[in-house]
Amino acid sequence: MYDFAYHKPASVADAVKLLAADPDAKPISGGHTLLPALKHRLNKPSALVDLSGIAEMKGIRREGNSLIIGALTKHVEVAKSDVVKAAIPALAYMASHIGDNQVRNRGTIGGSVSNNDPAADYPAAVLGLGATIHTSKRKIAADDFFQGMFTTALEEGEILVAIEFPIPEKAGYAKLKNPASRYVMAGAFISKGPAGLRVAINGAGPCVFRQSDMEAALGRNWSADAVAGVKQSADGLNSDIHGSAEYRAHLVTVMAKRAVAAAG
Amino acid sequence: MNVVTPFEGIGASVRRKEDVRFLSGRGQYTDDINRPGQAHAWILRSQHAHARIQGIDTAAAAAMPGVVAIYTSADLAAIGGLPCGWQIHNKDGSPMAEPKHPVLAEGKVRHVGDPIAVVIAETRAQARDAAEAIIVDFEVLPAVSQTTAALAADAPRVHDDVAGNLCYDWHIGDKGAVDAAFAAAAHRVVFETTNQRLVPNAMEPRCAVGDYDTTTGEHTLFTTSQNPHVIRLLMGAFVLQIPEAKLRVVAPDVGGGFGSKIYHYAEEAIVTWAAAKLGRAVKWTADRTEAFMSDAHGRDHVTRAELALDKEGTFLGLRVLTHANMGAYLSTFAPCVPTYLYATLLAGVYSTPAIYAEVKAVFTHTVPVDAYRGAGRPEATYLLERLVDVAAKQCGFDRVKLRRRNFIATDAFPYQTPVALQYDSGDYFSTLDQALKTADWAGFEARRAEARMRGKLRGIGISTYLEACGIAPSAVVGSLGARAGLYEVGVIRVHPTGSVTVLTGAHSHGQGHETTFAQLVADKLGVPIANVDIVHGDTAKVPFGMGTYGSRSLAVGGSAMDKAMDKIIAKAKRIAAHLMEASVEDVEFERGTFRVAGTDKTKTLTDVSLAAYVPHNYPIDEIEPGLEETAFYDPKNFTYPGGCHIAEVEIEMETGRVSMVNFTAVDDVGRVINPMIVEGQVQGGVAQGIGQALLEACVYDQDGQLMSGSMMDYTMPRADDLAPVSVATHTTLCTHNPLGVKGCGEVGAIGSPPAVINAVVDALRDYGVEHIEMPATAPKIWSIIHGKSV
Repeated sequence: MYDFAYHKPASVADAVKLLAADPDAKPISGGHTLLPALKHRLNKPSALVDLSGIAEMKGIRREGNSLIIGALTKHVEVAKSDVVKAAIPALAYMASHIGDNQVRNRGTIGGSVSNNDPAADYPAAVLGLGATIHTSKRKIAADDFFQGMFTTALEEGEILVAIEFPIPEKAGYAKLKNPASRYVMAGAFISKGPAGLRVAINGAGPCVFRQSDMEAALGRNWSADAVAGVKQSADGLNSDIHGSAEYRAHLVTVMAKRAVAAAG
Repeated sequence: MNVVTPFEGIGASVRRKEDVRFLSGRGQYTDDINRPGQAHAWILRSQHAHARIQGIDTAAAAAMPGVVAIYTSADLAAIGGLPCGWQIHNKDGSPMAEPKHPVLAEGKVRHVGDPIAVVIAETRAQARDAAEAIIVDFEVLPAVSQTTAALAADAPRVHDDVAGNLCYDWHIGDKGAVDAAFAAAAHRVVFETTNQRLVPNAMEPRCAVGDYDTTTGEHTLFTTSQNPHVIRLLMGAFVLQIPEAKLRVVAPDVGGGFGSKIYHYAEEAIVTWAAAKLGRAVKWTADRTEAFMSDAHGRDHVTRAELALDKEGTFLGLRVLTHANMGAYLSTFAPCVPTYLYATLLAGVYSTPAIYAEVKAVFTHTVPVDAYRGAGRPEATYLLERLVDVAAKQCGFDRVKLRRRNFIATDAFPYQTPVALQYDSGDYFSTLDQALKTADWAGFEARRAEARMRGKLRGIGISTYLEACGIAPSAVVGSLGARAGLYEVGVIRVHPTGSVTVLTGAHSHGQGHETTFAQLVADKLGVPIANVDIVHGDTAKVPFGMGTYGSRSLAVGGSAMDKAMDKIIAKAKRIAAHLMEASVEDVEFERGTFRVAGTDKTKTLTDVSLAAYVPHNYPIDEIEPGLEETAFYDPKNFTYPGGCHIAEVEIEMETGRVSMVNFTAVDDVGRVINPMIVEGQVQGGVAQGIGQALLEACVYDQDGQLMSGSMMDYTMPRADDLAPVSVATHTTLCTHNPLGVKGCGEVGAIGSPPAVINAVVDALRDYGVEHIEMPATAPKIWSIIHGKSV
């Protein structure tokens, strides 16, 4: 990696200030995407702003009919949280299946969602539950947040602080892993609740997306069979040495079926 | 006092002595070695598969902080290219094409990763920074990466002086006899397949540290090698012209090799040369990305095979045409892999009377290909064992009965195959029967029906295989083109108080030699393994050695130790006879104790060793003091492990995903010294075989870009990809080495891939599938189940 300056602010305000002062600085939390990129010299930030010391970005709490998870919360903490397990068991399940032990003990929900890797897990939960993103300066609805491959509504210097999940009546997640990277080949997060009936698909396309035909089908008949009949178009889906767009399109339906079955 | 427990000798599953340091992080690997004043090297590598180098501008880089020196091929004009250790001859008797393999690219780069320049700096980061500032003016040229495409008339040439990219066009066997067999056959079966390219991916990336003593003129190379003496010979004699006495090569703890650390690599020569040039040590350590593009790859064959059978299923003849990808240059032993380690294995365990094989080796714009765990034998076994299954299906024979019908009879040994080898021993019927029973072959259909209820397609596959290892008789390999002998060296040094140091030319990089070899000494000399130290991997300590590969360490290296122990015993008996005032003919020796036959007069090995080193009461006029013996052992033949592997898989119909559910291996590896280590070796080999069958593929695009250049895209097998592996042995002894051992390092990787693919094809039996290419990935299988093109 190249040389960089290192800052460890204690508050969101300080972090925002540091990022505003240096447009080439980058925030880092678990570092599971940024550090490998630095090691491969694919990224050359002037400074890293380490968010890990910011107390206000930590913690899991339930507020009324919402679950609020601080951006710095590690995957393992979500997976093992009794609060999460009671409120949204599908989210705890998802967290428990991200990467491996090492990843789950370093990676954070805020980092994953901010990065918006098409093959990451959490964006599907955020979109599939209709969550609200709390940033250093505003609140953004999930439907407006994910804008494309590795692209979100976050502006330069804006930090994701927490994610507010409305607690659904039911929710389920299923994915097939890429055999090499163990990222998501295709996954589906499906929920029914205050944010409506939502089907979010990850892994298959360049960005997590809602599958409206499946949402309609489930609206008519909440069952695995209902989504089994909905075919995903392969147009615009990812295609690489691990699977064609057509295969991924097929997996979308299979994973959606499984997610509905898991949701119950 | 040497008291041997009965549990430490041959046949005891003693725990590995070396594991304490490995498991507690205290191994000493090459990268752990740092020399005073050491500088660091970074290699600038080509990002193009094929390009002309119009110019290299190092001025800006040379001015960067910490830079000590920058070298390109222009600086290396006085040193030789990397040598090839095996020369194959064409059908017409002419030698193979052997283009120069420069240490740094000369005028052209020929694969992604081809080294262009080396930067030496105070730190590794500074060297890398400076390497990024080197400006290379490339004229990018068209490239060819696929084996058969490289032979096309209009294919880009890898080497200007190698027409048609053909390295050699070789053959073996009796073409006329095979033609006659096909003319008379009732059934003719054709099978075409690709044995895909693999990346070895040893856990420890390669590393080399060069050092130079300006006062003595002595060079030292610390390197991640399976055979330090071979590196000293090749690099000293052919590349750098350093006499052996002035060149020490040390291969300390090495974290896996699988063949990829046999070869002499450019980086070893660079750091050794640069250390002398600069008068300070130079270290280079590969990162994983470099490993993918600079370690020799494995396999990469495209083959068409035809089998002739009579009406009852007896094999009459086998005809094979293989195209083997050599990559851009000839790696050290590359030419022998698809010839003498492959085509000679095409008889397998069968008494096929006529075999003819042609092998065309081609150059492409890819990383050089060389031996990888099994080396040629997995390719032959896969071809044969898939072909037998295809034949059974096409001709309506039961696949087990068809195998059994064609097995070489147990009383037919020694058995001369039509492709040069003579098998000394084996019992294929017993390993088959034992495996069928262990795997409950007979009960499979019930398991298949049960799986179907769960939405799974269950399949079972078998492979009955044989391999040739314990390489190899020097005169034989010499006549076949090897530029080296393949004996091994063992020194037994009995110290004054009876502990033993063994020097061996074999090299342990995960095999457990420090334990297994100590057990040989415990068994024969009666010395507890705690008092036996195994020394390997240092040309300054071990007289000579050819190293570890081809499952040769025990069969060849162990035999050398055994021979040296015979010499020790012979001398010690004479000393003991003197001490006991008896005739040497009357002295018996068993596990540490000398006895005058028929009496209770005894002396221990320690009594004798003490006398040998403190020769007060000693026949000094007749016997030299000391108790140390050296033996060079040249094997009389290859050894021929074999056996039966049975794989059971389930396919998830919705996704095409294959799960290994069971794996049974019954192997004949000859006499077993440490059953636990054998089991570990077989399990590891099976894991690699399952990796090849289901997961791994090194993918180049048409332009020679490496598409699977990291663990994100290259699927290494992980624990949850594997099945419980049941390992058993059924022993027939090797008849020509003193230990009766055959070798177990490669059997797992050789026997398993066809068993797995045969199981996958069996699982898909309702879909009219005759074959599925490795790796049998989920999308490929899904496309079969759902009738889609991949």
